[in-house]
Amino acid sequence: MKKIKEYIFPIVFLIFIGFSFLLNFAVGKQVGMNFWMFFKEMILFLPLMFILIGLFDVWVPREKIERHIGNESGWKGTGLVILLASLQAGPLYGAFPFAYILWKKGCSIKNIFIYLGAFATIKIPMITFEIGFLGLKFSLLRTLITLPVFIFIGYIMEWYLKDKKFEMKQP
Amino acid sequence: MFLNLLPLLLLMLALISVVLFLIPNETLIRYMGKGSGIEGWAIAALLGSVALIPGFIAYPLCGILIKSGVAYTTIAVFITTLTMVGIVTLPLEAKFFGWKTSIIRNTLSFIAALLIGFIMMLFL
Repeated sequence: MKKIKEYIFPIVFLIFIGFSFLLNFAVGKQVGMNFWMFFKEMILFLPLMFILIGLFDVWVPREKIERHIGNESGWKGTGLVILLASLQAGPLYGAFPFAYILWKKGCSIKNIFIYLGAFATIKIPMITFEIGFLGLKFSLLRTLITLPVFIFIGYIMEWYLKDKKFEMKQP
Repeated sequence: MFLNLLPLLLLMLALISVVLFLIPNETLIRYMGKGSGIEGWAIAALLGSVALIPGFIAYPLCGILIKSGVAYTTIAVFITTLTMVGIVTLPLEAKFFGWKTSIIRNTLSFIAALLIGFIMMLFL
């Protein structure tokens, strides 16, 4: 029963959108079109992300993650998570489950947040887009400035969380 | 994990569809274009934090904003908050990281966006 309850708001929303199209209600139609756009993005990237997570969980042993991007991994580990993030695609919320699996396998706190930062700002598929619309100089400059800034955020998060028994949850 | 998250995801997408309807492109251009400098930045940072636009739509939009006279530094602030700060996705983030950590990460990212804009200004 609890499951169905959780879906009440989305269902009400979809009924509202449905009626907007039937009755030609412009506001509802526009909102519905926006929703469709976001839904397409989610349905395109999220299942891929979860397949990736599933494979990662089964194939990559904890010992490897700990050694390469864990607490003792140093600059090489940071470089690795940035590379990993920059090759992926999709919205940032798609990266949260992946961050969870990294944490579960022993990735350091610092590298988890650096991963999120890199995922948000320097995905290679998106940078080609950025260059197309905003120019090479802007894109290069933004990437080069952003990189050290979110590495710094990773350090701050680790410094803040390291004595606080940081743990991630699986929803 | 996916099915557990689905209701929240749908709710989030519904909410963001409404937000995007309330702030159409014309509004973005009007507010970011005028207040160059601090005011434009503040508006860009706030809009970027609330909105959640997929990259393949955000970059063409930024291209339009540049053509309409919005400064490159303002765009940098906008893009950074757009991708790194998510107020609407906060409940989802909290499911993985907990509320406190999520709020701290978002706040730091917000400050970082302004910092990035500022450093960018020195170069452009």
